[in-house]
Amino acid sequence: MNRTELRRDELRERLALLGLGAPAILLVVVVMALPVLWLFGLSFVADDGSLSLVHYRRLIAQPAYARIFVATFKVSFITTAICVLVGYPLAYVLSQLPRRAANLCLIAVMLPFWTSILVRTYAWLVLLQRQGLVNTWGIKLGLWDEPLALVHNLSGTLIGMVHIMLPFLVLPVLGAMRSIDGDYLKAAANLGASPTRAFWKVFFPLSLPGVFAGALIVFIICLGFYVTPAVLGGGKVILVSNQIASDIELFFNWGAASALGVVLLVLTLGFLAIASKLARLESVVGR
Amino acid sequence: MSRAASVPITIRGVAKTYGKVAALDHVDLDVRSGEFLTLLGPSGSGKTTLLMVLAGFIRPDEGSIRFGDNEVIRLAPHKRDVGMVFQNYALFPHLDVAANIAFPLKLRNVPAAEASQRIEAALEMVQLAGYGKRRVHELSGGQRQRVALARAIVFEPRIVLMDEPLSALDKQLRELMQLELRALHDKLGMTTIYVTHDQREALTMSDRVAVISGGRVQQIDAPRSLYDAPVNRFVAEFIGESSCLAVEMREGRCHCAGVALNVVNAHDNHSVLLMLRPERVRVGEPRDGDNVLHARVTSVVYQGDTYLVQGALADGSRISARGIAHAEALDRVPAIGDSTTFAFSARDAVLVRA
Repeated sequence: MNRTELRRDELRERLALLGLGAPAILLVVVVMALPVLWLFGLSFVADDGSLSLVHYRRLIAQPAYARIFVATFKVSFITTAICVLVGYPLAYVLSQLPRRAANLCLIAVMLPFWTSILVRTYAWLVLLQRQGLVNTWGIKLGLWDEPLALVHNLSGTLIGMVHIMLPFLVLPVLGAMRSIDGDYLKAAANLGASPTRAFWKVFFPLSLPGVFAGALIVFIICLGFYVTPAVLGGGKVILVSNQIASDIELFFNWGAASALGVVLLVLTLGFLAIASKLARLESVVGR
Repeated sequence: MSRAASVPITIRGVAKTYGKVAALDHVDLDVRSGEFLTLLGPSGSGKTTLLMVLAGFIRPDEGSIRFGDNEVIRLAPHKRDVGMVFQNYALFPHLDVAANIAFPLKLRNVPAAEASQRIEAALEMVQLAGYGKRRVHELSGGQRQRVALARAIVFEPRIVLMDEPLSALDKQLRELMQLELRALHDKLGMTTIYVTHDQREALTMSDRVAVISGGRVQQIDAPRSLYDAPVNRFVAEFIGESSCLAVEMREGRCHCAGVALNVVNAHDNHSVLLMLRPERVRVGEPRDGDNVLHARVTSVVYQGDTYLVQGALADGSRISARGIAHAEALDRVPAIGDSTTFAFSARDAVLVRA
């Protein structure tokens, strides 16, 4: 019979598919995997070139580093929370609008998404500074008397980060909301639920996987955020990525920077592992 | 669960247009208390629209709907207190079976002890006792259908609406569920409106069937009257098989292809057609008193339980006859091209409006 020929055809098709993926795989290995491994190695090399754990010991010995990690997780958490509080109602409105209007509004949400983060961050600097648009109008309209300190501190950082992160939350939440069958809400109403109760008892629980996915994406991106805290934090908000940058730019200490990076990566992976345990990851991706 | 109090439904002048298309064209319909009424029609006929208007999900342009003495046309869906089984069941995927059935009870503040009793009773009623802790996605299609039914009746609504609830099931399960649904209705006695496009299902289950087309009720009758005496060609052709032959009324008698026929309702003398059900027409060997038409056989189709013979009359119009496919009958089946007789009794010759 022709079993061998058919199996060979099958194998050839699979190899062809692999070939299509090869450029991307090669790129990821060369640009991502190898440098990360290299940095991982560097973190175990002392200044004099010998193998040592000196960089990790310093991370543990100096409480300043612990504070930086706490600050990183805190800023990421607050940003995520604000994104959920602002983004969920926004996604809900979008999900209820007619498709065309919703897509128009979605473009408004996405437009900043396609603009460089650096440009947007500096735009916020212009808007929020003492003589910026927000303060000028706030005082003109009599909302407040003295210019508010909106940049070079935590609030500036949060405003900028929330703005940049919002689409990352809105898109998965909107996706989850759009996939909720309208018949579920009809059934809830038919069984006696007012629109408010139908929302809380049916719509909200069914949209939670999207919220979880969006929050996870936002949180993890926030953990490695560099530009916005650097520009809008004014040196007062120092996150892990900022410390890594200054370790390299000011002290040329690649080993210390690498150790910070490795610890952040490990913490992030640990966080992901816990999160996916809490709510099985497949329910985020959707069955 | 006990027999629920049931109410009649009175529908008057309900209209709904989408753009220029009339989905419902001033529908009048009376559903008797405790009746199992089926809305039967092709897709786009307006049957589902009417059901959604009754449930409150579609706001009509005008009209009146009364449940008993209560006008409900402006009542929000969650205040109508009707049970509904959706085509795709719409079971809440984030709740288990018991919680799905508990949903309407919680909203009505039924005490927990009584609620769990009623949930058990409802599950028993649909033959799913002990399935309360299952997740919805673990159930088969038929089981989901039963859970949806239990959820729709657990709060003892006086009216139950069903939107093609069996269309997703395979044929055998569907036929089983038809009988179960009907038995459940007889036990509980709530007024039931059932939507389907399956005429056999409609005839099997219903007290009466309303045939809907173009947003209007074409005919509402008991299954047998509907099948035996359709009022017009649409109903005749939509329900069952039929041959509709052109006829001429002369001197109070009906003539078809030049032959005078005895028909069941010769009073009607404007534009009419003669409707014949193929299984009520015999090929060859006419009996005394039968109407007889001569035709040339154009096709013979063997279909397992029955066989279908089609013929062309002298004027070219087509006539069909269906027979039970037992051995002797099959021996006598004519061949294509044979000239033979198609015979039927006066009682089976029905005139319908064109």
